[in-house]
Amino acid sequence: MSTSDKKTLFQKIWDAHVVTSIPDGPDVLYIDRHLVHEVTSPQAFAGLEKRGIGVFRTQNTVATADHNVPTINQHLPIVEPLSKFQVDKLTENCAKFGVNLYGLGHPFQGIVHVIGPELGITLPGMTMVCGDSHTSTHGAFGTIAFGIGTSEVEQVLATQCLMQNKPKTMRINIEGELASGVLSKDIILYIISKLTMGGATGYFVEYAGSAIRSLSMEARMTICNMSIEMGARGGLIAPDDTTFEYIRGREFAPKGEKYEEAVAYWRTLFTDEGAVFDVEYTYDAADIAPMITYGTNPGMGIKIDETVPNLADIKEESNKASFDKSLAYMGLHPGESLLGKEINYVFIGSCTNSRIEDLRLVAQFVKGKHKAPNINALIVPGSKQVEQQAREEGIDQIFREAGFELREPGCSACLGMNEDKVPKGEYCISTSNRNFEGRQGPGARTLLASPLTAAATAIAGKITDVRELI
Amino acid sequence: MEKFKKITSTAVPLPIEDIDTDQIIPARFLKATTREGFGDNLFRDWRYDNQNTPKPDFVLNNPLYTGKVLVAGKNFGCGSSREHAAWAINDYGFKVVISSFFADIFKGNALNNGLLPVQVSEEFLAVIFAHIFADRNTELEVNLEAQTVRIAGTDQVEKFDINQYKKTCLINGYDDIDYLLSLKKEIEAYEKTSKYLSLVNQSQEEVEA
Repeated sequence: MSTSDKKTLFQKIWDAHVVTSIPDGPDVLYIDRHLVHEVTSPQAFAGLEKRGIGVFRTQNTVATADHNVPTINQHLPIVEPLSKFQVDKLTENCAKFGVNLYGLGHPFQGIVHVIGPELGITLPGMTMVCGDSHTSTHGAFGTIAFGIGTSEVEQVLATQCLMQNKPKTMRINIEGELASGVLSKDIILYIISKLTMGGATGYFVEYAGSAIRSLSMEARMTICNMSIEMGARGGLIAPDDTTFEYIRGREFAPKGEKYEEAVAYWRTLFTDEGAVFDVEYTYDAADIAPMITYGTNPGMGIKIDETVPNLADIKEESNKASFDKSLAYMGLHPGESLLGKEINYVFIGSCTNSRIEDLRLVAQFVKGKHKAPNINALIVPGSKQVEQQAREEGIDQIFREAGFELREPGCSACLGMNEDKVPKGEYCISTSNRNFEGRQGPGARTLLASPLTAAATAIAGKITDVRELI
Repeated sequence: MEKFKKITSTAVPLPIEDIDTDQIIPARFLKATTREGFGDNLFRDWRYDNQNTPKPDFVLNNPLYTGKVLVAGKNFGCGSSREHAAWAINDYGFKVVISSFFADIFKGNALNNGLLPVQVSEEFLAVIFAHIFADRNTELEVNLEAQTVRIAGTDQVEKFDINQYKKTCLINGYDDIDYLLSLKKEIEAYEKTSKYLSLVNQSQEEVEA
């Protein structure tokens, strides 16, 4: 193989999906799976209607309701009229256009990035899109998965294709072993704190290295989920036996001979030795500690036992402008330690950390303990299937005894489109992916951390280094 | 989509970095099912307090600054993929956003809606801000055909990059979707020859059968 024949994983998948290329323009990329939800689709369906055309490939399209759904009493009609209207509109559009919908009440309903993998809709080597920036989650399976806008949702509905310029490629290697109490959420918060929130804009990222290889599928999804938080179009991880085992037997995954045939192909999906990335970074897993954010973007993170930096410590000149504004919003000060700070809200959920593995980890930690009296602790499973599994494993009972509220699935307090919000001025340790101003409700102050850090904080009633409790 | 060739306008300065789309249009305003009307809630939480009273120190509430060009700090439009951000900026009346760096998805969303994202160097962005703050009547000439942005009446000008395909679309008011629809035969041919597609799609049908 000559050097020019050596391809990155990304290039292999991309090249296999190019329908045609426009000279001096974008590629026309075929999309294998299109996930649809209620917020970014109504205008796209309306566009099809206006043109008098249908959905080109309904079998490649799957819809669910997640952003607007309440997390209590899902069997009752949605109370909030605008949320109800939008969810009803999705139901109506899916019926009209013949799109498979896993809406409220369906046993497969859940957050779009949780149900894709758990149903075996997400498979290695695919191209996947959704009108949601956290579509990058599916990259954990070795797919090119990325978020799109509503005009693009319409394009994919109409033609199963998108016009895309090929992004640059970046590889991030995490080598070595993670310390006890450090989760994949800490890995990605660590990476973003190093690269800053715009540091991977224009790139598609491959995560590699021994620490990544050792992670479970669910832990890998957490990492790929947050690729967008450093500006990357998406992140991906080469599929391996961990991936193939996870897929085996899932509802829509290939079965029997088809599965074997698929695995044989999937085994070819890796970056060839000697393939060249536009940029590459390597970090030592041993340097990663439980992380927490102090500011109003996911790049403003520190190790939990570090202090809020001073302006002079901010390396990127361009990030200095946001620094004072961020700290003023958060009510924090340079040089301050976050450890021991009283916190009243804890949210465990979102497409980053609402999978069964996250719930198991938290349950294991809080078993036999009780949350502090000042804490409101909300746990929101990512899907009906996760909720069901939690019940079967007795995890719901553990949460109840620990004083945590286990809700029904949805995006919940990640972005405040439903009733689950954090009040103005209150601090919330959240396992979600964004700490933007007002993200969890107007004036809410979000600190991003891992499910273990969130759980430890809930028990202590103040920000706690989980390593001291395990 | 509306055609775009050239505009000359005063500008609204917003020298803040890393403006995410949650700030441009907060999530609670994403419940609409049409593309219209988002302009009223553009920068909602920066523009109004809890009592819906305009905050006097926010630039959109400052009658001294008006125009069809929004000039913003680096990494504009990061975060959520919500196209509602581009719709809100458009609906408010802006036709151009100038920054030294745009987030990918926002840039794509803007171009798909006839809103021109103009990426200039950090140095030139600083020059533009300085001119606007020195004289609020400073006009910017944005010429898509020539790919230039000029401070009107001066020789201070910078060329900007734009994908040639996207440039053609904007100048002629074409949508990607029209082009893609014209490729139906090629797309169907691709589907027939893709071995992988048949593998994963048939299996799905088998499950559903």
